[in-house]
Amino acid sequence: MSLRNTARAFPTLLRVGFADAVAYRAEMLVWVLATTMPLVMLALWTAVARDAPIGRYGQPQLAAYFLATFVVRQIAGSWAFWDMNLEIRDGTLAMRLLRPVHPLWGYAAASLAALPMRLLVSLPVAVIALAVVGANSVTHDPFVWILWAISIVGAWMLTLLVNFLVGCAAFFVESSVKLMDAWLVLFFVFSGYLIPIDLFPERLRAIIDWLPFRFQLGLPVELMTGAHGRDAALALLALQWGWVAIALGATTMAWRRGLRRFAAYGG
Amino acid sequence: MIHVRALRKHYKVHERPPGLGAALRSVFRRRYRTVAAVDGIDFDIGEGERVGFLGPNGAGKTTTLKVLSGLVHPTSGDVTVDGHEPRRRSDVFLKTITLVLGQKQQLLWDLPPGETFELNRAVYDVPRAQFEETVHELVNLLELGDLVKKPTRTLSLGERMKCELVAALVHRPRVLFLDEPTIGLDVSMQVSVRDFVKRYNERTGGTLILSSHDMEDVARLCPRVIVIDRGKLVYDGELKELVTRIRPDKRVVLRFSRPVEAHDLVRLGGTVVRHDAGESVLQVHQEAVNAVVGAALAHLPVNDLTVENPPLEEVMGELFARGRAQREVEASG
Repeated sequence: MSLRNTARAFPTLLRVGFADAVAYRAEMLVWVLATTMPLVMLALWTAVARDAPIGRYGQPQLAAYFLATFVVRQIAGSWAFWDMNLEIRDGTLAMRLLRPVHPLWGYAAASLAALPMRLLVSLPVAVIALAVVGANSVTHDPFVWILWAISIVGAWMLTLLVNFLVGCAAFFVESSVKLMDAWLVLFFVFSGYLIPIDLFPERLRAIIDWLPFRFQLGLPVELMTGAHGRDAALALLALQWGWVAIALGATTMAWRRGLRRFAAYGG
Repeated sequence: MIHVRALRKHYKVHERPPGLGAALRSVFRRRYRTVAAVDGIDFDIGEGERVGFLGPNGAGKTTTLKVLSGLVHPTSGDVTVDGHEPRRRSDVFLKTITLVLGQKQQLLWDLPPGETFELNRAVYDVPRAQFEETVHELVNLLELGDLVKKPTRTLSLGERMKCELVAALVHRPRVLFLDEPTIGLDVSMQVSVRDFVKRYNERTGGTLILSSHDMEDVARLCPRVIVIDRGKLVYDGELKELVTRIRPDKRVVLRFSRPVEAHDLVRLGGTVVRHDAGESVLQVHQEAVNAVVGAALAHLPVNDLTVENPPLEEVMGELFARGRAQREVEASG
């Protein structure tokens, strides 16, 4: 599959993907609402922090953190696994394989195409958040904002690649859904989605810092809320892109091996 | 155009008897069995040929088509389509072929078929003018009209299949693989799809490989057939010759102006297959056809008479039954 061919077709893939996302507008809205867990956590944690701050988090910091978590999850989220798992199992992947564009680009385009609908929900939240918690709760360093932009691309790519990698498991096992469930449990706990990572005990943090989950969500949130200076941000960003490279390598390998086992069932 | 040598595709299948005990045992110890879906077949297909794949369920027809279209990697053997190795799925190869699966669809379910056509235009890099000309021509041939603007989910099965054909042909492929294209369609829609495929193939001169349970599809579209049974090739040649070889007899269909007694028919020779008040069917050896027809015309009140081949279903049934019998003999010996 040539990249030139893919690049030429990509705008149409995005346009059709967007039309598809709009066709499912009710489902999309329910989906967005289903990702409001950070707002629940916000209510919970701010209640806990009413009397005294928790770590470095007072009530305004917790509000900023969880509102940022909501926005980042909307932008960097991907659900490509569910389509991929189903299509490998029932053989529908065959129809994608017949086209001269790599199927993974197709899933990536569908994931990207859903972004405008998610931004429609998350941008007002971001604006309201800024008004509620005040501009002091987010970083003022323009360089860190540039790093944030890179980190959110990295978070999206890492999440997408994890979706692909676990999706590829469907080539090898009868169902990879449980595998995804296990990944999601670890993600919710160790990504900063439910608990800010710096609230974990020091020993556990030493491990979490090297795991990929934080780079799927926590890092952009931390950069947004000014948790890191430039040097620390750069180091974390390097680690994030290291994980992106590892996930890309693992996905490529799993896809190639998996495809040899693909039986294109059902038809 | 297509060359296949010693093609094998074996699957490892997990086996488990029913019941809770077996389910628990399978958690700790899995039993697998190797199934030879395709077991060493060879054939060549020339440019512009129309070839039908015939065989019972699980014979290996669809697996062969999937290997030819690059969806499934062969276990061993050599396969080339227009000089390309299908499993590599190069852009040039994918732009040369198309595969229509009667039980799978590429149309986007919630969008009108026109969106899938447009998507295919982009991915196959079809020039805009050529795309519009092709779609216009195909939509007219298939009498689709404004259906391409309605969401796919609102179309009937037959309408969807017609739209699938347009989507599959947008890039003007030179090799068409069709797997059960008329499955589930009503008779008139079957005829419509069949006629379209034939006319399209005659106009474009493309190579057509058709796999279908519907013998009528194969009889109407394919002068040559490849018969596969249990993964092995059991016949490759002209359909007419297969019929003559397996059932060297003819069906003489007689329609009468007044009722005829059964014993009058027996006297003509051959075997009475059916005998109704106004119509009878005799099975007659090929060499005796002239004599039987002459006698019928001379002695019976014949209104109408036709000489036909035995139904293809019966021919295939007999071919597979012979195969089964031969395997049983080999197994016992």
